[in-house]
Amino acid sequence: MKKIILALATSAAVLGFAAAASAQDKTKICFIYVGSKTDGGWTQAHDIGRQALQDHFGDKIETPFLENVPEGPDAERAIERMARSGCALVFTTSFGFMDATVKVAAKFPDVKFEHATGFKSAENVATYNARFYEGRYIQGLIAAKISEKGVAGYIASFPIPEVVMGINSFVHGAQSINPDFKVKVIWANTWFDPGKEADAAKALIDQGVDILTQHTDTTAPMQVASERGIKAFGQASDMIAAGPNTQLTAIVDTWGAYYIKRTQAVLDGTWKSEQVWDGLKDGILTMAPYTNMPDDVKKLAEEAEAKIRSGELHPFTGPIKKQDGSDWLADGAVSDDGTLLGMNFYIAGVDDQLPK
Amino acid sequence: MGIIEAILLTVITAATPLVLASLGELVSERAGVLNLGVEGMMVMGAVLAFAVTQATGSPYIGVLAGIACGALFSLLFGFLTLTLVANQVATGLALTILGLGISGQIGEPYVGMSGIKLQPIAIPLLSDIPFFGPLFFKQDIIFYLSIALVFGVNWFLFRSRAGLKVRAIGDSHASAHALGIHVIRTRYLAVMFGGACAGLAGAQLSLVYTPQWVENMSAGRGWIALALVVFASWRPWRLLAGGYLFGAVSISQLHAQALGIGIPSQFLSALPYIATVVVLILISHNRRMTLINTPASLGKPFVPDR
Repeated sequence: MKKIILALATSAAVLGFAAAASAQDKTKICFIYVGSKTDGGWTQAHDIGRQALQDHFGDKIETPFLENVPEGPDAERAIERMARSGCALVFTTSFGFMDATVKVAAKFPDVKFEHATGFKSAENVATYNARFYEGRYIQGLIAAKISEKGVAGYIASFPIPEVVMGINSFVHGAQSINPDFKVKVIWANTWFDPGKEADAAKALIDQGVDILTQHTDTTAPMQVASERGIKAFGQASDMIAAGPNTQLTAIVDTWGAYYIKRTQAVLDGTWKSEQVWDGLKDGILTMAPYTNMPDDVKKLAEEAEAKIRSGELHPFTGPIKKQDGSDWLADGAVSDDGTLLGMNFYIAGVDDQLPK
Repeated sequence: MGIIEAILLTVITAATPLVLASLGELVSERAGVLNLGVEGMMVMGAVLAFAVTQATGSPYIGVLAGIACGALFSLLFGFLTLTLVANQVATGLALTILGLGISGQIGEPYVGMSGIKLQPIAIPLLSDIPFFGPLFFKQDIIFYLSIALVFGVNWFLFRSRAGLKVRAIGDSHASAHALGIHVIRTRYLAVMFGGACAGLAGAQLSLVYTPQWVENMSAGRGWIALALVVFASWRPWRLLAGGYLFGAVSISQLHAQALGIGIPSQFLSALPYIATVVVLILISHNRRMTLINTPASLGKPFVPDR
């Protein structure tokens, strides 16, 4: 009996060593997700990026991830656990992980951190984000062309700069075509609740909007739009399956290329803390195919996209006034990134009160 | 279709899963069993109803699958708390976490798939009544079931002999046992009824409310259902009213926002919960009534003497 136990113990130890050794060969690139990797939206887009990263480097790296990590104190524990487990680079993929990331990073100076969509950085904390507002500007152009009533419904999540910026960009785009274009905003105060998102969509349609856009994560609004026979825009992922005759286009997050670039930098030892804010031209976001619209609208959208890519067109180009009537951008002036990243005001023409 | 009618239709869709899930929990709690696993059973019902509908092409078979799945899943809770006498609160919480996890696994292939919607059934003649017809008589089967179940449960609990036994067990399992009532057996049935109702509520989510599957799609509705039972002080009619009140407040806040009424949206989002708290305060104001209505042996384990 003793012999068997001894044998078992030895083999276990050997196995343990083997596992440890093989783990050390591989660089660990870790991910923290706020939702589940199959949420069909935000987190899924990050996970597709992670898979692209794993495929690119193959055996050289490992990409462990933690799903459904709530924002707040739990996030700090989750990130710390990852850092302690020997990750070389940790991607924290939600705005709400910002403070937790910075806090944990201070304790682990040798580990690199990258926080999505935030604005706090450190020696070993980089931030990365996509210029989603570029896509929303194009959506605004399309909406103004397609909508017969000139009113769009906007399902928003939380009044953070990212979302406010999106609303402003959408409205600015639409009003560049039709100065009387209106948008009705509903703050769902959630990123993820299919029922509530569907209810918000129904409320907006019942109040007469004939085009829908959303800054929440599920396909429920797309489905309602499809049922009620109006057009809509998808969010974070291509939602064409939920509305084959409904989706005009969608802003698709494509993080893979960025993850590969940054991992390469870690492997090469050239990683530096940066504040990256890439746009359509870098491929960090792409527009889903322009569908369910007349050819001239499609052409208009494609042209705008090309101009944004080439840098010829910046969605926030003056003259733009703030909602309270004060001046923001003079004629021809372009907004600086700092103002956009901290955006806490509506531009003139938005017919909603910004929650504080 | 007028705006009022449109709003009420949305309210009905939002309230039905709450009414169903809390009605099941009400029966379970009337028998003295506190099952905090409503959220888990609901989400299991939702995923199974969706999966079976996809496999068979029939949402009706999907509904049956949701019911069966909820009932079976609640059996696990029953076995742990009634047979093995585990702590009900802890087991219920575990059931919720387990349900959310397993449903995510089962549902993985179905994410992003467009579902088949359970179509409304128009009741001849009645559905032609202006205004009320389309609201109450041109609905899906789950809505009709939810109303019928409220009637049925109310009759069962307060007008039938079996219901009297259920309430007796909930109030004092020792006395009921001494009278020769099968405490454990009855509790098993009550728990399974609760599970079946939660499963049906889940089926409503994935086949009527938003015909699709996404992980964690119940999004806290199971917890609201639990609160509704207390809100209703364990009475089916009050529960129906509470469910619809909650639905009405949550829908009207969305309309208020779209209309651009200048009230902070965070406050509006919290309104349904504030309403719940206010009603709870009003109810608990009368201590005696609360004591009379609360099942006295709620949450207490029962070990029959052998």
